Amino acid sequence: MPEADIHRRIEAVYQSESRAVLATLIRLLGDFDRAEEALHDAFRAALEKWPTHGMPENPRAWLVSAGRFRSIDQLRRQARFEAFDPLVHDTAGSESAPEDLETGLPDDRLRLIFTCCHPALAADAQIALTLREVCGLTTEQIAQAFLTPVPTLAQRIVRAKAKIRDARIPYEVPAAAELATRLASVLRVIYLVFNEGYTASSGPDLMRLDLASEAIRLGRLLIEMLPEAEAFGLLALMLLHDSRRAARASPSGELIVLEEQDRSLWNRAQIEEGSALVQRALATRRFGPYTLQAAIGAVHCGAAHPAETDWQEIVSLYDLLLRIEPTPIVELNRAVALAMRDGPAVGLALVDDLLARGELTEYRLAHATRADLCRRLGRRAEARAAYTRALALTQLEPERQFLQRRLAELAAN
Amino acid sequence: MKYLCLVYGEEQKIGEMDDRKCLACDAELRARGQCIASEALEPVATATTVRMRNGRLTVTDGPFAETKEQLAGFYLIEARDLNEAIQIAAKIPPAQVGCVEVRPIRPIREQPRAGRAPG
Repeated sequence: MPEADIHRRIEAVYQSESRAVLATLIRLLGDFDRAEEALHDAFRAALEKWPTHGMPENPRAWLVSAGRFRSIDQLRRQARFEAFDPLVHDTAGSESAPEDLETGLPDDRLRLIFTCCHPALAADAQIALTLREVCGLTTEQIAQAFLTPVPTLAQRIVRAKAKIRDARIPYEVPAAAELATRLASVLRVIYLVFNEGYTASSGPDLMRLDLASEAIRLGRLLIEMLPEAEAFGLLALMLLHDSRRAARASPSGELIVLEEQDRSLWNRAQIEEGSALVQRALATRRFGPYTLQAAIGAVHCGAAHPAETDWQEIVSLYDLLLRIEPTPIVELNRAVALAMRDGPAVGLALVDDLLARGELTEYRLAHATRADLCRRLGRRAEARAAYTRALALTQLEPERQFLQRRLAELAAN
Repeated sequence: MKYLCLVYGEEQKIGEMDDRKCLACDAELRARGQCIASEALEPVATATTVRMRNGRLTVTDGPFAETKEQLAGFYLIEARDLNEAIQIAAKIPPAQVGCVEVRPIRPIREQPRAGRAPG
């Protein structure tokens, strides 16, 4: 077999199998770092052996076996020089049945996700660890995506692995009784990754596409292994948001609001997929906030023109969402929907009530919303003041430019 | 693996709890062999803090730090892993009004660390 050909095939195997192999190696070796080394060793062995011996029938099982063998071999050699450590010998000595190497596999990726998203780990550590171990991004890629210095990100991951080891966070899928709360943690991590990619929290780019796609891939992986309503709901939400990717920004990077987007640029396939997932989630009757937010997104995506938007349906969905997630942000979004259905004055009254209660006073979108509603009501001085306040609170360049454009428009009229 | 569950709460709120609930929790843990030691503590007003610096002893009235939530008691437990320890901690009644810190025990006798010479 030609050299370049086999290398391409091994590369393809790496792309499709390395994460699953890692997940199993972590279970077999009981340690993240050891498993990562074993993974590298396994692929090194593949590069050595496969060109001459040919590709194995089951590359995944071959790699798991090779990685495990080399790791145990290394431990045995280390044990000769180090003091007797019963834990080390336990791992080295256990001969897992050959079936463990195969049948555990889909569960191993679930074990990995739930472990990386364990609530006992710091929230930012959950994200970093998930992107590193489940998605296979490098530390540098993750640091760049979150605009964090590489050493800071690296330390975060090191500390997370140390916590898993020292506090003994077990490598397992939660029991049925804990699944709902633990799943919430996983969904939150995936959504935070998506959000970071969809609306980058600071910096020159409105969207960091890699992260959004990565989050969607994670969402797909999750529903494959765990067909739960809110998992469907989250994937739907991400797909529906992402479907508008091409229309959200002008070629020069300017922010375009929903009302003014060219809907012909929306990704129909993603909208169809997202809408179908919403239906599946709603049908289970065990849906939650993600599903409802996705349902709202589906209503938007189902309208060919802004004027055709079914605001009544959206308001009903927000009423439902507010009941199960009574947060100020949901109140704010509901106020916007009510303004669209009943007029800006109604929405403004709700927004002002929120702000008067001391909620969202530092949230740029609350002020941007107030500004927009005042603008629609012709209350220009108030609109100007609110846009200015929002401007002071945003760290996103495209948002800054959008708000400045609005201020300029007000001045011009 | 051993964990120390440190029970924290506002003294007034903890003081309003029924001791029998805590005793029942304790009894259940002991019956399951999960509890190695457990005690309730007298309020922080009875605490004394001791420091030794350069051979000099300093004794002060009160806890080492004034905080809103104070240490009210502890459970030294044996659990399979952190998940089990969390399940145990969640059942401790003051968790409902305060919180329980769950900390793994370091095997200092089996793996003593050599210290660093003071710089």
